[in-house]
Order: sequence, then C-alpha cells, then structure tokens
Amino acid sequence: MSKNLSMRDALRSALHEEMLRDDRVFIMGEEVGRWNGTHKVTRGFFDEFGPERVRDTPISEMAIGGVAVGAAMAGLRPVAEMMTINFALLAFDAIINHAAKIHYMFNGQFTVPLVIRAATGWGNQATATHSHTPEPIWAHFPGLIVGCPSNAYDAKGMLKAAIRDDNPVLFTEVIALYPKPSQIPDDEYIIPIGKSDVKRQGDDVTLVAYGRGVEWALEAANILAKEDIQAEVIDVRWLRPLDMSAVLESFKKTNRCVIVEESLPMYSFGSEIAAQLQEAAFDYMDAPIKRVTAMDVPLPFAREIELMALPNASKVVKAVKEVL
Amino acid sequence: MATKTESLTKETLLDWYRELVLVRKFEDQCHHQYFEEKDPARKITGVYLHLASGSEATHVGAVKALGKDDHVITAYRDHGIAIARGTDPKRVMAEMFGKRTGTSGGKGGSMHLADRSVNFWGGYAIVGGHIPLGVGIALKEKYTKTKNAVLCFIGDGALNNGYFHEAANMAQIWRLPIVFLVENNFVGMGTRIEESSGQTQPTKRAIGYGMKEGPSIDGQNILEVYNTVKAELDWARENGPVLMEAKTYRFEGHGVSDKLYDSRDDLKAELSVWEKRDPINVLRAHLESSFKNLDKDLAKIDAETTQAVQEALDFAIASPAPDYNDLISHVYVGM
Repeated sequence: MSKNLSMRDALRSALHEEMLRDDRVFIMGEEVGRWNGTHKVTRGFFDEFGPERVRDTPISEMAIGGVAVGAAMAGLRPVAEMMTINFALLAFDAIINHAAKIHYMFNGQFTVPLVIRAATGWGNQATATHSHTPEPIWAHFPGLIVGCPSNAYDAKGMLKAAIRDDNPVLFTEVIALYPKPSQIPDDEYIIPIGKSDVKRQGDDVTLVAYGRGVEWALEAANILAKEDIQAEVIDVRWLRPLDMSAVLESFKKTNRCVIVEESLPMYSFGSEIAAQLQEAAFDYMDAPIKRVTAMDVPLPFAREIELMALPNASKVVKAVKEVL
Repeated sequence: MATKTESLTKETLLDWYRELVLVRKFEDQCHHQYFEEKDPARKITGVYLHLASGSEATHVGAVKALGKDDHVITAYRDHGIAIARGTDPKRVMAEMFGKRTGTSGGKGGSMHLADRSVNFWGGYAIVGGHIPLGVGIALKEKYTKTKNAVLCFIGDGALNNGYFHEAANMAQIWRLPIVFLVENNFVGMGTRIEESSGQTQPTKRAIGYGMKEGPSIDGQNILEVYNTVKAELDWARENGPVLMEAKTYRFEGHGVSDKLYDSRDDLKAELSVWEKRDPINVLRAHLESSFKNLDKDLAKIDAETTQAVQEALDFAIASPAPDYNDLISHVYVGM
C-alpha cells in the first residue's frame, strides 16, 4: 500500500515517525511550532508534541546551530530547522567549526547526532540573498554529512536515515520540490547515507545531478529520447559522503558526462565530479565533461533575467549535444 | 556577601591549596618546556599556549562547586579547569605535547582539552563558540528533567561576540540551568574592556535579557569563588540562568604570542599589583590564620605537586605520537 504525498508531506511523515519512535528527537527553529513551519513541514506538530519537543526559537541562527550542537553532544537528537539555507550562513561557524569538528578534535569522546534542515534553491523572485543553493560549500568540510533529495520518496527515506545517524547532517530541501508528489509506501523505509541512485538508464551519455538538477536532467533525457539519444541519469543524493560508484560505472559505458546543478559554477559540485572522473577514468573519456549550472552572478529580482541565470532542461539538452 | 557559606574543613582547604599549587606548577612547567627547553624531544611546540597562572582560584574554586553530574565548559584557557575537574595531569600534559595519550589523543592540543568521563565538555578556541554549546547541554538536562546544572566560563572579551547575545537570550527564554561565569581579566588579547565594551560591568548585561544579574566577586579568593558559584548553581537548577563575574588576572599574558608586557610599563605595573593578590597566597594566608602548625602539610604539598608535574612531564615525553590511523580516525562516527 502507498499514498501519493508531496515532498513537504513526505518529510513531515518522516519527522513524525521519528518523533514517535524516539523521545530524544526534538525540533527547534524559527516558526516551527505555532506558525506550523515556514514551509509547513512541521504542520500540527506543536499541538501534537507540545512546546518541549517543538521549540520555537528567536531569530538567532548562531544559537540555533550552537545550542543544537550542545544538546546533541549531551545525548539528545535535535532536528534544527534554519528556515532557509541562506540564513544558515549565519550558523556556518556552529556547523563547520563545531558540529563537524568536535568528534574528531576531541578524539571521539563526543558525538554530534544532529540534523540541520534548511530549505534551499531559488524561489520565485526571491532575489540575491534568498536564492542560494550552496550545498557544495558545506560539503567541502570533512565531518559533516550533506544530503539533498530530488523527490518526495527519497526525501522521506533520506531524512529518516539522517535523524538516526550519529553524525551531524546538513539536510537541504529544494523549495521548488516541496509541492511535487511521489508514491510513498505505507511501510517504513530508509535510504542509506552515501548511496547514489540511477534514476534513468541509458547508454549514450551520463547525466550526474542532485536536488533540482535531477529534475532538469530527467526532463532533458525525455527530450533527448525523442531523438533516440539515451541518457543515464544519476542522482548522487548525498554530496558527502559522495558515492561515485554508479557515476564511474555509467561513465565507463557512455564515455560522456554532463553535470547538472542549481548551484554556482566556481569550485562546485560539477568541478568535483569532473575532477574525480578524469582521475579515475581518464581512458574512458571521449569528450570534454560539461557542466550546466546557475550563471556566475547573484540572482536578480526581475523574472526575465532571473530565469536566464538558472539552468533548465533545454540548457542540459544543448550541453549533451555538444559532447556527443 | 549575601551567599551562604558552608564550613570548610582543614582537609578541604588543604586539598584546594594543593590544586592551586599543582596548576601553577603545571603552567610553569609548560612555560619552561615551550620557551626554555632546547631538546626538540622535550619541547612543547605550536603557536598556541594560554596559561592560567593567576586565574587558579577562579578556575579551581568554580569547578569544585560543581556536583558530580554537573557540567563544565570553557574557552581555550582550559588547563586548570581540566585538572580541577579531575582529569589526570599526565593526560593533560601529554596533550600539550600532541601525544597519543593526551586527553584528545594529540588531535586537539592545549586549547581543546576535554574529558567526557568527568563532564568536562571541552576547551574551545573560536571565541564565544562554546557558549551555545553549554546552553545546549543545559537544554538536555531540562529536557530530561534532571536537576543538573552547567557552569560556562566566559572571558570578558567573549561578551562582545554575537554567540553570547544569542545564547544568553535563548537560555533565559527557556529558563535553562546554566551559570555564565565571566572570567573578567579586563582584557581580550590586547584590547581593554573599556575599549571593547560599552557596558564595562559584565553582570549588567543580564538585565538586557531579563536574566538574573548575579554577583560580582573577587576571583583571587577561592573561598569566595566556591561559595558564590555553588549558591548560583543551586539557584540555576531551580530557576534558570545567571550571569556572574569573577575578577581575576592572567600572570602570563594572553598566550605565548603576547609581547605587550615586554614594552609596556603600565602593564608591568598592573601585573605587579595583581601579583600581590596571587590566589595561592590568598588561600595560604587564610589557612595560616585559621589553623596552626601547617608547615608539615604545606611542605608535603610542595613536594607532592612538584613530583606530580615531573611525572606528568615524563609521561608526556615518553608517550608515542599519534600515527596515520589516528589521523584518519574519528572524522565520522562509524565510517
């Protein structure tokens, strides 16, 4: 049995199950309680679980991050919501210098079983400070796990894995994907950390993506299929730890690769995948590895030029044709 | 002083005296191994070493006020706090040398001591960064309905960091059991409190959060520190956070990079005033005025602490360095 749920409700269902399963799991963040969550992922939780387990915080990202780290070290399992990844930049130190370093720096004496949830990606004309998709910068640092689901089904299984893991996890949720549905099984399932997924099979080109990039890659693959070009689409799901096994296997078959991401081009997800591919599979490369990313500009307000700066399926199609 | 004082036995006071002397000798030994030692195998290396000499009564007195299940967290001037909380000085010294037997396996160094087994949650070196961590530990205690409390040391300089503001406010709205103890030595690195703070009386900042403005005490007097911190911890267990202050001094400057004292006559003069209020002498004077015939006890303490520091040094030097497996272990749990 299964239900058709939006990614928002799939995430809500994951949180709900984990809250019921483990008393140590609690939620803290801006507007998570009485407001029912800015993105409504925690809708109804305040009434059901009460103010101790669903904690509205002041607008204090440094403290949301740092207090959650301390609570996690002490034995709770906080799920801290940052409202958006843009605001999580204020908590960069708490997450990078503390959450990601404490287990190592004190030689394993403490663990930080913490999940930081944050909405990511461009919103409709949200402008430069509210449109970041910066997963790759966070994934730069050892000690942190970074995941970003591309659909409702993955979102539920990945969030449950994140909550149960003993490491700190930055879990980003693409705003544009919140309303999009998948069939969600009634039975519990977990999608393990560090496991990528082949979303579509094909022999002609490998498309590597995460988050919203997977949607554009799949859309492009459907367009290309009409011209008898078969793209294989790989969703890495987790930027760290990064599972390159399916990517490598696919590249050895297709010998061509286009990387699709909503984030920026410099020092990026695409840079990392391309570098790893040429190191591990240089002899299999038949064409330059291409990247389709957001343009290297801050995102503007005006709709026409905002969309111009972002990736889309036709940009992916164009890039694929350049490498065939 | 309004706080209730408990009657302390001669044994307790001698025990504290031993700890003050032990920490001082430990710090003096670190200083020697860093600056004077010529043999590379016996030298403390690196760029950071922040000695606690002069602040021992604040560190030891406050830590002694904790119950076994209470918690302590601090910034980077952490050697004395570790030793006072019961961590073996051998393991503390080994961490100074980056040895595998150190409290953090040689991966943390002087600024990142910790001992989970005694609820010492660490020294932290991003100024202010540990304050919300302490609040998070207090949140865990309230969440699980215990009566345990957290002692969070804060340097006066860290009060101007955004972490303090956000964490103090959150602790107050959630009424968490934590004592913020401002270790006020009137300077953050080289910038004086009056140059860095609009409000130079640290406890007054509590008012802005609706928090209890705790007492401002003489941090050179271990009895005053112990009695006051104990009372404030008990208040915090029942009612929520407190912001209090202990006035103290650091005899060795900010850290090994501090050269200000070499050239500044005003600082040298200030230091000599504070040296007259050496916390060891303050307690010794109290002991001598309260008890007779201490010579034997004090001589024994002198000999024992010298031996303990020597043993710590020998242990550290003889210990192995971490290896490749240590380098790559504990990046993640279970990976």
